[in-house]
Amino acid sequence: MRTGRAARTGQYAALLAYLVFLAFPFLWLVSTAFKPARELGSLHPTWIPKDPTLDNFRQAFDEQPLLQAALNSLVAALGAAVVAVLIATPMAYVMARHRTTLSRMATGWVVVSQAFPFVLVIIPLFLVLKNLRLINSMPGLIMVYVVWALPFALWMLVGYVRAVPAELEEAAAVDGAGKLRTLVSVTAPLLAPGIVATALFAFITAWNEFFFALVLLKTPEKQTLPVVLTHFIGAEGVADLGPLAAAAFLATLPSLVVFAVIQKRITGGMLAGAVKS
Amino acid sequence: MRARRLITTLLLCLLAGGCTGDDTASDDGRVTLRFQSLAWQEESVAANKELVKEWNATHPDVKVEYVQGSWDSVHDQLLTSFEGGEAPDIIHDASDDLADFAYGGYLADLRELLPERLRSDIPERSWETTTFGDGIYGVPFLQEPRVLIANATWLRESGVRVPTPENPWTWAEFREVAEELSGDGRYGVAWPLKEPVSATLNLSLSAGGQLFHRDADGKVQVRFEAADAVVPKTVHDEVNSDGSASSTTLGMGGSDTLPGFFGGTYAMVPLGFSYRQQIVQQAPEGFDWQVLPAPAGADGLTQGVSPQTLSVAEDSPHKEEAAAFIDFLLRPENMVRLALGDWMLPTGTEALKDPALHTTEHDWATGTALAAHLRSAPAQSVRGYPEWKDKVATPAYQEYYSGAIDLDELRERLEDDGNLVLARYQR
Repeated sequence: MRTGRAARTGQYAALLAYLVFLAFPFLWLVSTAFKPARELGSLHPTWIPKDPTLDNFRQAFDEQPLLQAALNSLVAALGAAVVAVLIATPMAYVMARHRTTLSRMATGWVVVSQAFPFVLVIIPLFLVLKNLRLINSMPGLIMVYVVWALPFALWMLVGYVRAVPAELEEAAAVDGAGKLRTLVSVTAPLLAPGIVATALFAFITAWNEFFFALVLLKTPEKQTLPVVLTHFIGAEGVADLGPLAAAAFLATLPSLVVFAVIQKRITGGMLAGAVKS
Repeated sequence: MRARRLITTLLLCLLAGGCTGDDTASDDGRVTLRFQSLAWQEESVAANKELVKEWNATHPDVKVEYVQGSWDSVHDQLLTSFEGGEAPDIIHDASDDLADFAYGGYLADLRELLPERLRSDIPERSWETTTFGDGIYGVPFLQEPRVLIANATWLRESGVRVPTPENPWTWAEFREVAEELSGDGRYGVAWPLKEPVSATLNLSLSAGGQLFHRDADGKVQVRFEAADAVVPKTVHDEVNSDGSASSTTLGMGGSDTLPGFFGGTYAMVPLGFSYRQQIVQQAPEGFDWQVLPAPAGADGLTQGVSPQTLSVAEDSPHKEEAAAFIDFLLRPENMVRLALGDWMLPTGTEALKDPALHTTEHDWATGTALAAHLRSAPAQSVRGYPEWKDKVATPAYQEYYSGAIDLDELRERLEDDGNLVLARYQR
């Protein structure tokens, strides 16, 4: 019993250490965002700014179109998440329920495709989008994000579909439900947490993506947040640290909010309704 | 059948969506130029935007659109834009990034496009930084020497001779002073050498180091000679023999050393002239600092620089208008505004005469006095230099500075491994 308590304490301590490890960069970012320039150059930095200021935020907004960039990022990320889920869900269902050599090969290809470096595809992609007149357009960027997120989204959803027992669909069929009714009333609710998790993955991937946005968007009004954040960095990696931290802090907020809102949907309701009462 | 119809509809929608893509062509026949600027500091961005505004106000037929780029990613972004035929008309970059673009045919040769006023205002040694083969592919307009930023109080109290551009320290003297200033856990100098190659090569010019030697057939060979060893040996010995330089700063960038500098751990830090802006912003109240010239060697205060440049894309349909805008941007009075915004030196001789660049405030005068000694960085036009730098020189210099290898091994690696890399680019 004593051993069990000690083990549990150790587990909590390890968990706490891990949480601190994860939270450290974000907390330091917040701290930096509120520090005046003189405190940023201190040899003995403090967690809590001695003389907190909003100057970094003011300067960040003065120098760069952060709101417009945030809006652009939001449109790109939401668009990518919605379209990726709409495409991936039926594909994942087919791949999970009809296991053939082709579907196994497709799954393998999906995994392999994740290893392609961005630079390998960017120039052909640029030319294709140029021919489609989709350079410097949000639909073009969303299309790229969807294509980029799709393999992993598909891979995730296949796992979720497989976790839904096929017997439930068979039982629905025995009860007289048609295929569509079974999918809508039985399978879809059970898949909801998986779909939400996949959407979240696609959203965050697109929200944080930098290289495609950098290359594909030409005009300042269309640039996304990660691109605009680099404007606070100068030659040889010298950074305007205060405004950069302030802007980066603001850039993390939407991701955190979206995650906080959606998180319940991921964890809650898993296999809810699987058992008939 | 239904699926096929759906796919067709989707493709049509996609193509229709494509029509919302960007099109910069103007209906009223007005020319629109895209100017991609890498300005990033508050004052610098403001100066660039104001100049664009002034141009637009006085040139109704040629509108310039300011596009913000970033130093961090400019090479990849430009390369993709060039390949896709979507490059900005006017391109801000650094001269050491231009070689591949110039040889690749992406940049316009500016010899016939630039007015005589601008050509003659900028000295030939600066034009050399943007001359590749027979052509000139960029206008060098801002540059900065590497200087020693020193803790003035510490220097005064130590009683050492304070160098001036007219009477600088020699490298040997610098080593002695650094040793004299160190002790009790404090160091005479902090060398931020996270990127050791360009700093070493550029400073080595003062001792007559060349490293890259061009043969009669135009091929470049690496030869590490005695003059090339002066600066590396000084750094190595300060770190490993004298203990007058901190070994921990070898892996740092310039900004990383500032807290230690402000905190009194280091007496001097070799940094670019523009770092003064960060020092003014971040130094504690009452912190007294000053700019000293970098030590001089057999070739005096000479050092290598890679100036900031303005180029015109070869694909631009409005090259003459783009060159006219560059000419406007680089008029002496405008060049001064850009220089002050970036805390750097203008290349133009007229701009350099401006009183604002000769004040003692923030030691502008010290830096301006060094302008005549700035030359093209040694590696400027060497094809294969980026690969040589990343794969051979960076690890070799890092290991030498940390004491892991000796001077002979440094020489061997720079020459033997280095020439193998360069040979691939010169077949």
